[in-house]
Amino acid sequence: MAPATYIGNDNCRGAETRVAESFDIIIIGSGPGGYVTAIRAAQLGFKTAIVERAYLGGICLNWGCIPTKALLRSAEIFHYMQHAKDYGLAAEKVSYDAAAVVKRSRGVSKRLNDGVGFLMKKNKVSVIWGEALIDAPGKVTVKPAKSEASRNSDAPKGALGPGAYEAKHIIIATGARPRVLPGLEPDQKLVWTYFEAMVPEGVPKSLLVIGSGAIGTEFASFYRTLGAEVTLVEVLPQILPVEDAEIAGLARKAFEKQGIKIFTGAKVTRLDRQADSVTATIDDGKGGTQTLAVDRVISAVGVSGNVENLGLERLGVKIDRGAIAIDGYGRTNVPGIYAIGDVAGPPLLAHKAEHEGVICVEAIKGLKPHPMDKLKIPGCTYCAPQIASVGLTEAAAKEKKLDIRVGRFPFVGNGKAIALGEDQGLVKVIFDKATGQLVGAHMIGAEVTELIQGYVVAMNLETTEEELMHTVFPHPTLSEMMGEAVLDAYGRALNI
Amino acid sequence: MPINILMPALSPTMEKGNIAKWLKKEGDQVKAGDILAEIETDKATMEYEAIDEGVIAKILVPEGTADVAVNAPIAVLAAEGEDVKTAAAGAPAARPSVSSPPAPATKPPAAPQPAPPPPHPPPRAGEGREGVSMPASPVAPAPAANGRGRIFASPLARRLAKAAGLDVARIAGTGPHGRVIAHDVEAAKSGGAALRAPFPSPATPGVAPVQPSDDKIRALFEPGSYDVVPHDNIRKIIAQRLVLAKQTIPHFYLTISCTIDKLLSAREDINVTAPNGPDGKPAWKLSVNDFVIKALALALIKVPEANVTWTETGMLKHKHADIGIAVAIPGGLITPVVRKAETKSLIAISAEMKDYAARARARKLKPEEYQGGTSAISNLGMYGVEEFAAVINPPHATILAIGAGIERAVVRAGKIAVATQMKVTLSSDHRAVDGALGAELMGAFKIYIESPTAMLV
Repeated sequence: MAPATYIGNDNCRGAETRVAESFDIIIIGSGPGGYVTAIRAAQLGFKTAIVERAYLGGICLNWGCIPTKALLRSAEIFHYMQHAKDYGLAAEKVSYDAAAVVKRSRGVSKRLNDGVGFLMKKNKVSVIWGEALIDAPGKVTVKPAKSEASRNSDAPKGALGPGAYEAKHIIIATGARPRVLPGLEPDQKLVWTYFEAMVPEGVPKSLLVIGSGAIGTEFASFYRTLGAEVTLVEVLPQILPVEDAEIAGLARKAFEKQGIKIFTGAKVTRLDRQADSVTATIDDGKGGTQTLAVDRVISAVGVSGNVENLGLERLGVKIDRGAIAIDGYGRTNVPGIYAIGDVAGPPLLAHKAEHEGVICVEAIKGLKPHPMDKLKIPGCTYCAPQIASVGLTEAAAKEKKLDIRVGRFPFVGNGKAIALGEDQGLVKVIFDKATGQLVGAHMIGAEVTELIQGYVVAMNLETTEEELMHTVFPHPTLSEMMGEAVLDAYGRALNI
Repeated sequence: MPINILMPALSPTMEKGNIAKWLKKEGDQVKAGDILAEIETDKATMEYEAIDEGVIAKILVPEGTADVAVNAPIAVLAAEGEDVKTAAAGAPAARPSVSSPPAPATKPPAAPQPAPPPPHPPPRAGEGREGVSMPASPVAPAPAANGRGRIFASPLARRLAKAAGLDVARIAGTGPHGRVIAHDVEAAKSGGAALRAPFPSPATPGVAPVQPSDDKIRALFEPGSYDVVPHDNIRKIIAQRLVLAKQTIPHFYLTISCTIDKLLSAREDINVTAPNGPDGKPAWKLSVNDFVIKALALALIKVPEANVTWTETGMLKHKHADIGIAVAIPGGLITPVVRKAETKSLIAISAEMKDYAARARARKLKPEEYQGGTSAISNLGMYGVEEFAAVINPPHATILAIGAGIERAVVRAGKIAVATQMKVTLSSDHRAVDGALGAELMGAFKIYIESPTAMLV
């Protein structure tokens, strides 16, 4: 895989003089969107390179999806151990070692990070280490990485170094970073973003989480399970704003029962930082303000696309509300320049980025894929209880003036849920009355993040209620609720 | 429950048909396999066989009715033990025209019961094993448009197509392996552009030059100086297909002269040796055209690059030479196809053509006998036409136009001699067959037609 034109050492940090190496496709950013795109491009026979400045696998593998799932798993097992008695078991003096929990999470990330390096090698994708600047369509200059993160990471063995590169197609997959709101600026010590929240030295006694999207909710859940006093503030009228209102309502009830304080329609207007604590001023949205003293604050107020320092302004690449504007095939307004994933706008999900990348390179290959259908992208939040959804919420369906049928099935009617000791939750489905099309599915409860895919497959195959009703769900499983919810939409639920 | 007998789809492209004749009347007992009616389609009259048993409770569409939409109920069959009058009373209203699509699928009832199975399209082979209880349908299985026994379409696409009154088999699928998905039905509904035409690359709507209106055309002639003869199906289909062919296929033409004296003498030799058949007539009588069919078939096999069909996704390179022969019939023409003509003897080809011609005139050809083919022949030599150029009949990439064999003075080695010459003109689809390739095909044809003994080796 080592290209003949490169004359350098394995460290790759030196700026060697060399001929610009030419590729079919260069991908900027090796997050889940970028590296999956690279693999698909290589499968399609393109000579492919991927530029990364800090971590193969990007945020997802190193600072996002994966390490948080490792943390949440520790919290979940801790929760079970605390409730061992409910299952007829005994566990004495249950406690945790925060450092060991974090260590496990980092270990999981490291393993996957190495895995990406292996996948690049296996697929003969060249890794270029550094920061990319697009000089013109077809031309990329890679400079030595100087971001803070890259100081702590070395180039993988065999990577190419800084220099001039050429590619017929350039795909931007630079992802996003935590959004910074004035007055709530993260400081790494008292006011955290997910970076710091993921590697705490200990569990703070009290914590304010600003923003109740997936990231805020997952951290609120994690820290609450480990015993922190958690306050969750959301500026919109409902927590988990993108989820179905009924599901979000059930989530709120569950969180409040766990002891999380929740403010919705409220705003943190001020943070006064002391030596080891913060006093937050919260405008409750009803004309009142209150102050809250906490040890730490997590700012989870969304992310902004990494559109800067790529040379996009000069190239005239259109940017819309902080994201690169693309069509259904990842094409920007400048021929030869594409964008996928978080940098190209919502939903900000790894699997959306991956699929966008696959469609993008398949379209370049001329395979005529269908454009991304954002209504068929599932979303999962791994708090306790878990939340998963796909398609339209009930409110969105009504806004679209669809005549709908809604089916619901509660966990309490499912044998497996009761056996698991997880009898709280709901599966909800929304059908278009006229066509029988499944337009939305929403779930809350144990393991729903693993269940939702059944509905996603059904939606993608364009099944109607009939095929779903004729689908045999294995007994006893939680998945039976998915069949029952469909039956309920047509007045035929069996076990309720 | 009484069974609705629906207008069958007798070919993949059929949208509507005419009820030429009812062979059963109300009250008649029907067994599976009985001929119910004769249905006139684009190019043929076909018999419509019953699949179910019962009594004809009501005929909804009287014979002679034209343009009955495929899948429209045309009669009601009371199953055994059912009251004929009740069955007739519950009969749906006849829907004679394709322009009035079937009503949208019944709204699912609010009562706790499953949504009714959608009124389903004619069953295709391999279907009907679905778990849904479907009323038996007497519609004959029609060949799928994709050549296989099954139409690949998502359940939602089927339902949307049904509601829009579209035949899902006619919609070009863009899903995996050509599966018809909801998007395709929406596209077909809005533009019609995604409709699967009888052949690739249909003209985009709107590209066609605007024709003056019928009224404007009639205004050019003195009233009473003409009669108006309504177009029958065959005329409409010829007009439609040939306009599409000329608009979408870049034609070019190559003409050569072939000396056919050897062919004529060979033909005479072969014909005089024919023994008498059972009817007392000679068992065969080869025509010049039979030789032309065989020569073209062998030439296509010798120059396989010219034995092709253009499609947007790739060239279809055919392994056999299936030759369509234009046969004039009252009111139009039809092109039955001699399949694998390169493998058949002249006598076999001759016999097949006689059978085709007779049945073509009686409009009894089956769709599979006149659809497809890899090239074609149009012969106007018997009318004394010296040379002409024919319009390509998709999915063919070429067509050979045959002129009359005429004695001409030719110069051989500086001397004038007499030879019987026949001019043939090849029309080629330039997307598929370029000039030099067409010339190569003509060269191969010339060798076979001028030296018929070459056809024997």
